Amino acid sequence: MDLALRSLPFLWGGLLVTLHVSLLVVTFSLAAGVLLGVGIAYGPRWLYWPIRFYSDFFRGVPLLVLIFFVYYGLPAARINLTSFAAAVLALSAFKTAHVIEIVRGAIQSIPRGQTDAGKAIGLTFRQRFQYVVAPQAVRRFLPPWINAVVDTVKGSALVSLVGIVDLMLAIQQVIGRTYVPMPMYVLGALMYFAINYSLSLTSRRLEARFAYIRE
Amino acid sequence: MTYHFNYTYVWRHFDRLTWGLVLSLELAFVSILIGMVIGLGLAVVHTGGGRLTRGAVAAYVEFVRNVPLLLLVYLVFYGVPSVGGFAYDATTSFVATLSIYAGAYMVEVFRAGLDAVPRGLIDAGKAIGLTPWQRLLHVRLPTMLRVVLPSLSNAYISLFKDTSLASVIAVPELTYGAQWIKTNSFRVIEVWAVVTPMYLATGYALLFALRRVERRFATH
Repeated sequence: MDLALRSLPFLWGGLLVTLHVSLLVVTFSLAAGVLLGVGIAYGPRWLYWPIRFYSDFFRGVPLLVLIFFVYYGLPAARINLTSFAAAVLALSAFKTAHVIEIVRGAIQSIPRGQTDAGKAIGLTFRQRFQYVVAPQAVRRFLPPWINAVVDTVKGSALVSLVGIVDLMLAIQQVIGRTYVPMPMYVLGALMYFAINYSLSLTSRRLEARFAYIRE
Repeated sequence: MTYHFNYTYVWRHFDRLTWGLVLSLELAFVSILIGMVIGLGLAVVHTGGGRLTRGAVAAYVEFVRNVPLLLLVYLVFYGVPSVGGFAYDATTSFVATLSIYAGAYMVEVFRAGLDAVPRGLIDAGKAIGLTPWQRLLHVRLPTMLRVVLPSLSNAYISLFKDTSLASVIAVPELTYGAQWIKTNSFRVIEVWAVVTPMYLATGYALLFALRRVERRFATH
């Protein structure tokens, strides 16, 4: 117990790195995912297939393999990134694929009749998207997206395997010095749990609140 | 200067990768089976149980779902034996971890499945005089299994990808095989360029095969 308390400042540093990585990945994947997700939902064929391929590729490979591929592969291809940048890049590429699917699903869940109605009253494509589809799609998008954020925080633990001292590696390092694994793992699990569970609860609350959108 | 590709070492030790892939599939398979037993048991307990059991099941599900799998892998492999006074090998430890992990997801899947069984079917069971146990065994479970089949195949593919984490405790699955070749040959790009398609091809082959099975048992 005493040990756990004394290691807290060190773990706090790791936690900040975990949050930093997660925040960057969430931001990048949100920006790229929304753009590509709209592209896959509305884009012409030459835009659809590359995005479909991207999404299916990155969702089909284990995240750990992607991180190793980027971390070890890029330097061999003469692209030098810090391990931090490589890890964030790999996680973002992975997460973007998931955001694409969430955006696509959200947009396509809005009944066609509404778009048709928009056309019938003479709205342009932009107006239909802006005033009819997007406001509803955002409500469908938020709950699964928050779940994806939870997955990002969980997945960020894998960056410890390429030597970034996030919460996971900080825990490992404390254990490496003290040889008392169990209390430290439990403490670390509780820290991850505190972040993720509050996010999960938010997701569930939003889902209940937005349940009024019907077909 | 350009990088010179050389796959000789990767092909020479390709059996490490094929056996690794087989082990990955086995790990995922055993884990989902145990996970299904956990999930089914807890889902039934949850639907029929009191507040205390419901709370306990919810605590298990929420804990496992909100903690990184990597941390669970370490916790079970390094943490539990340190306080339990016993030891197990890495493979057993990983299967235990992945089963506990799968179990938490399966509870949710089966709970939703049990909820999806039409009320009328259960009432019909009552009407012809089936006991609660018979209703569960002959009405609720068979109907539910068909409903949850797509979720089960998705979970299996997801678990197959998660088996890559077993490499951190030196279980000789596919990712570990890749790491081994990489460490011994420094053929970094080559080995990942071979292993990534192996994961992709296996994952999508499983997906197509399982979708066919689903169509056979489809409810509609």
